[in-house]
Amino acid sequence: MGATKPKKTYSTGAFFFVAPAVVVLLAVGIFPLLFAAGVSFHQFLLPKVHWSGNFLGVWPIYDAPLTWFDNYIAIFQDDSFRDALTRTFLFLIINLPLELILGLGIALLLHQQGNEFLKKICRVALVVPMATTFAVVGLTGRLLFDGNYGVLNYLWSLIFHSRPDWLADPNLAFFAISVMEVWQWTPFCALVLFSSLTMVPPEIEEAARLETAHWWQVLWRVQLPFMLPGITAILILRTADILKLFDVVYIMTKGGPGSATELISLFVQRIGFRAFDQGVASAQAIVFLIIATVLSRIYIKLVYKEV
Amino acid sequence: MAKSYLKTGAALQRSSWGHLMLLLVVIVVCVFPFYWMVATSFKEQAAILSSTPQFIFRPTLDNYITADQKFNIGACLLNSLIVALSTTGLSLILGTPAAYAIARFEFKAKQDLWFWFISNRMISPIVVALPFFLLARQFKLLDTQLVLILIYLTFNVPIVVWICTDQFRNIPKELDEAATLEGYNSFGIFWRIALPLAAPGIAVSAIFSFIFSWNELLYALVLTRTNAKTAPVVATSFLSGYETPWGQIMATGTLVALPVIIFSIIVSRQLVRGLTMGAVK
Repeated sequence: MGATKPKKTYSTGAFFFVAPAVVVLLAVGIFPLLFAAGVSFHQFLLPKVHWSGNFLGVWPIYDAPLTWFDNYIAIFQDDSFRDALTRTFLFLIINLPLELILGLGIALLLHQQGNEFLKKICRVALVVPMATTFAVVGLTGRLLFDGNYGVLNYLWSLIFHSRPDWLADPNLAFFAISVMEVWQWTPFCALVLFSSLTMVPPEIEEAARLETAHWWQVLWRVQLPFMLPGITAILILRTADILKLFDVVYIMTKGGPGSATELISLFVQRIGFRAFDQGVASAQAIVFLIIATVLSRIYIKLVYKEV
Repeated sequence: MAKSYLKTGAALQRSSWGHLMLLLVVIVVCVFPFYWMVATSFKEQAAILSSTPQFIFRPTLDNYITADQKFNIGACLLNSLIVALSTTGLSLILGTPAAYAIARFEFKAKQDLWFWFISNRMISPIVVALPFFLLARQFKLLDTQLVLILIYLTFNVPIVVWICTDQFRNIPKELDEAATLEGYNSFGIFWRIALPLAAPGIAVSAIFSFIFSWNELLYALVLTRTNAKTAPVVATSFLSGYETPWGQIMATGTLVALPVIIFSIIVSRQLVRGLTMGAVK
C-alpha cells in the first residue's frame, strides 16, 4: 500500500544521518590507506625520496620510482614475511582458545552460589588487567620476567631450581608474551561470558539441574546457547586485536630475540620504520590487510547471523 | 528428585572451599602484576635488584620525582586527557546518528555499510601509520593533539556504531510512530526520543572509546615528538637508554595506567554490561 512512500523518505533521512561519519572515516581512514596502496607500487626508501609537490593540494607527490608489483613479488619470495604471518596465526590459535576456556572457568566460578563478597571483589579485580595501558603491561611483563630479578623467575627457581632468562630465549620469550596476552584478556572473556550466564532464566537452569546430575550437561545444553552471542563477540574482537597486536610485544621484546616474537605488526614496523623500506612495508601491510579483512568477513558470515 | 537435589546441595557445600580458593587465585593473579608495579615504583634501586623479591621495604617517592623531572609526565597526562576526551566526544557526535540510521532506516547496502564501519576497527594501525605521518607532515599537523584526535576516530567511531546500533534497535518502533503523529521529523525523533532512551548504551561506548584512546601507543609514537606526547609514549621513553631504572619506569607506568584503572573500576558495572551489548543479536 503506502509502504513505498515512507521507505523513500527514510532513505533520504538515512543519508544525512550516516554521511558525517562516512565522510570523516573516508578522510582519515581510507585516504591514508589509498596513499599506502600508492606507495606500495613504488621503490620508496625513506632517506632517498623527496617531496616534490602536491596533486590538488592534498595528495603529496614524491620522487620515488614506480616499480609496479616488484614489492609484492619481493614479499612472496621472502620467507621472513611468511614466518611473521605464521607466527601471528600461531599466537592467535594458541592464545584465543586458552583465553576462552579459562574465561569460561572463571565465569562459571562467578556464577556459582556462595562467597558473594569475594565474587564482588573478583569482578572488580577482573577489570584491572583489561584497563591497564598496553604499553604499561609490556613494561610490567619485562619486570616480571626479568632474567635476574623477575618475580616469576624467582618463583620458577623455587620449584625447578633453575633461572632461565625468559626474554632472551626464543621459545620462552614467545611463552612470556603469550602469558601477558592471556593475563590481560582472559578477564575480558570471563566478564562477557559471565554476563551471558546471568541471562539464563533461573527456572530453566534449576530444572536442568534436577533433570541431570552432570554439570557439563547443564553447561552444554542450557548455558552454552545463551553464551553463543558472547563467544561470537569475543572471537571477532580478539581475533582482530591479536592480528594487529603491537604495543605489549614491542615493549616487552621488540620482536626479539632474533625474530622469535616478531608478530606481523612488529615485522612491518621494522621494515618500514627501522629499515626505512616504506614501499615493501606498505605492500606487506596491504597484503596483511586483505588477509585480515577476508578472514573477518568469513568470521562474521559464519558466526554473526544478521546485522 | 528430592534426593538429587540434596546431592547437589551437598556437592555445593563441599565445593565451597574449592570455590573460595579458586576465586582467591583469580583475584591474586589479576591484581598481582599491578600491585608489583606500584610496589616497585616505591622501592629504591637496591631493593628492586635483589635476587629474592623484596615484599617488605622502606617506601620512597624519589622515583616519581626523578621521572617527572626527566620526562614532564604531567604534561603528557594532560595531553592524553585532552585527546581522549575530544575524540570520544567527536566519535559520539559522528557515530550515534549513523548507528541510529542503521538501526531504524532501510536503505541500499545497509549491511555493507555496517560491515565497513566495523572493519575500520580491524585495520592494523601499522597500515596507515606512515601515510598518515606523511599527510600530517604535509598539513603541518605533526606533533599536535588534533592529528591524534582525528586518527583515533578510525577505531572509536566503529565501537560507537557497534554498541549503539544495538541500543537503538531495542527501542520500540511504536514510540517513533507516536512521535511522527506528534509532528516530529526524523531528526527530532532521534534527538528527543532515541538518544535519551539509548543513553546507557551511549555511555558505555563512550567509556570504551575513552579507554582505547588513552591506551593507544603506535599512532602516538609515530605522530608525536614533544608537544603532543601522550602518556603511553612517555612510558616507552626509558627503553632507549643503556640502563633500566626500574623504579622510575614503574613510577611512570603507575602514573600512566592508574587514572584509567581507577576510572574503569568506578564504571565497572557499566563496563561489564557493555561488554555484552554489541554481542546480543
